[in-house]
Amino acid sequence: MIARLGGAIRDAALATLVAFGLFVVMVGLRTDVAPGGELFLRQRWADVALLCALVFAGRLLVSLWGLRPHSLGQSPGRAALTAKLGTFFAPALLAFALVLPFVPGIGRYELDLGILVLTYVMLGWGLNIVVGLAGLLDLGYVAFYAVGAYSYALLAENFGFSFWICLPLAGILAAFWGILLGFPVLRLRGDYLAIVTLAFGEIIRIVLLNWTELTNGPNGMTGIPRPTFFGLPFSMSGEPDTFAGFFGLEPSPIHRVIFLYYLILVLALLTNWVTIRIRRQPIGRAWEALREDEIACRALGINVTATKLTAFALGAMFGGFAGAFFATRQGFISPESFTFIESAIILAIVVLGGMGSQIGVAVAAIVMIGGFELFRDLEEWRMLVFGAAMVVIMVLRPRGLVGSRTPSIALGERRAVSAAHVSEGKG
Amino acid sequence: MAYALQQLINGVSLGMIYGLIAVGYTMVYGIIGMINFAHGDIFMIGAFIALISIVMVISGGFMEGPGALLLVLAICMAFTALYGWTVERVAYRPLRGSFRLAPLISAIGMSIVLQNYVQIAQGARVKPLEPQVTGGFEIMREGNFVVQLSNIQILIIMTTLAVLAIFTWLVTKTPLGRAMRACEQDRRMASLLGIDTDRTISLTFVIGASLAAVAGTLYLLRYGVIDFYIGFLAGVKAFTAAVLGGIGSLPGAVLGGLLIGLIETFWSAYFSVQYKDVAAFSILALTLIFLPTGLLGRQEVEKV
Repeated sequence: MIARLGGAIRDAALATLVAFGLFVVMVGLRTDVAPGGELFLRQRWADVALLCALVFAGRLLVSLWGLRPHSLGQSPGRAALTAKLGTFFAPALLAFALVLPFVPGIGRYELDLGILVLTYVMLGWGLNIVVGLAGLLDLGYVAFYAVGAYSYALLAENFGFSFWICLPLAGILAAFWGILLGFPVLRLRGDYLAIVTLAFGEIIRIVLLNWTELTNGPNGMTGIPRPTFFGLPFSMSGEPDTFAGFFGLEPSPIHRVIFLYYLILVLALLTNWVTIRIRRQPIGRAWEALREDEIACRALGINVTATKLTAFALGAMFGGFAGAFFATRQGFISPESFTFIESAIILAIVVLGGMGSQIGVAVAAIVMIGGFELFRDLEEWRMLVFGAAMVVIMVLRPRGLVGSRTPSIALGERRAVSAAHVSEGKG
Repeated sequence: MAYALQQLINGVSLGMIYGLIAVGYTMVYGIIGMINFAHGDIFMIGAFIALISIVMVISGGFMEGPGALLLVLAICMAFTALYGWTVERVAYRPLRGSFRLAPLISAIGMSIVLQNYVQIAQGARVKPLEPQVTGGFEIMREGNFVVQLSNIQILIIMTTLAVLAIFTWLVTKTPLGRAMRACEQDRRMASLLGIDTDRTISLTFVIGASLAAVAGTLYLLRYGVIDFYIGFLAGVKAFTAAVLGGIGSLPGAVLGGLLIGLIETFWSAYFSVQYKDVAAFSILALTLIFLPTGLLGRQEVEKV
């Protein structure tokens, strides 16, 4: 015990030394711009001491309580428990989502947060088709989100199409871009594919930023038409041809929020439903087979190109739907909303959710985006916490929150397998 | 003609900086087969540490002249190397042997952490530094246009060549370099033969981070303006350089860096500045699609 304590203290002292080296320059000395435009240094040794003390305490606790990363999957017992929990948990979550707008005490803020979370759930499920099912790592998913949003904005503003015409068009256009971008990169392996998709995402953003005649550049597009309830606008006037007037309700701004909430809920559930259905069809099985072993797929006569392209196109289409929704909800879009960090957040949701698990993605989106919202007041710190959470979760649970899967197809009895036995595919 | 010559000079000095960062990518990819996504941010940290040491050493009035710059470089390399070591130790080593995407995602997380850490510690505003190295030579004159080779460009080229010479010696002639090359070929076999692979990988990150620190210092001296976000673009472009040269190949990384620097400079000079990043990204995509092994890379044989 004493020896262990001694070792732990030595470890902690070493970690503190390293921490001192890390923080002494970057935190201890801050460069500020003087009014004359010159740089000067501000000294902050107390902060360095505080950080070092935190590192010492943290490292000591970790070595004494043995918080060791266990990179392998869960035991079968726990996997079964997770599966059982899933059967009850998912319907409960869905029921909760359905009644949320009518729960007393749920105001506009909570509903807006719900819409945000559901948008990410939908994006996560869309990306899950590409990453989780087909095993193609896509770091530029936000490009399709952007294509959807700009498609809706441009179509609605230039041609006056309504949301319900634009929504499928936005999806089709995004899918088209998915094929266009997917086609050249199909030969690439895992992380090369990731980097090229990142490059495509950035290219689309830069084009949106600089093609001022079409997209209004960095100023963004304003005055995007808001959604109507099948032709009935949400207006405060209470006329008979508005939503409130038609149904004889008291006009209230909350109606639109509730409508948007249900709209994104339906869109997200559509994504989920299509994914679940397609998994059981030949194309879905081909995706999962492709994720496990591309060479075996070729040997079995699966058309790898078509399979990958369908995954890309379908994932992009749902991204496009979500983008159109985003545009109509915000009423304003600019390239700022479609940076790489968005792609990283969506990918983090998919991976933390356990790559391929539908309920896992939903839970991860709630945890990440909801958690993100908790740190709202700590404006600068929340991205730091977000990044740190990505690292910590990867180190402690590389297989994500839901680390087990039920095979889509099995010989005899279906048993959940730990995700550690499921390969992620080399793309 | 004069205009093109000027662009050539600018492109080479920019390309040298990309090359230094690209070496870090290519070394790490060679040894553990992962894209060290946070490497661009290590470069950014290097630039910031250089800024702080310049303000401390030169503006503080302790030293002046070339000796001061050398001291700044040494401080910057030492502290940035510590960051490189820590990133590997905290975010990548626990994931060794985990599934393939895990380190990449952890690296993206680390990149977000480093960016926001610097933003909190040093502020989000851009930091302007008055020029430390001024003057230059006039090479030729054509009408009103003067081709200039500035002292800072000479400094960049000379420093990069010197650092790369030391680095090449380190990799080809020393026991450490031998261990690194052994790990690159076959990590398990290397560890069976008594090479401490963990230590070798750590040292690879330390060396990569020191080179990025040199790049950061040179970038700061050349452009004089840095913020916490410069690492992302520089990182992607340096990675492009590594891929273009053939990932895993050290001379390839430098060659790729030079090419990217030249292409970017000429593109901005003759086409459009707004789309210069598009040029770099398109080259990345085109290289990977048509020349996946890069210019100097080895053909990989896929075993079933």
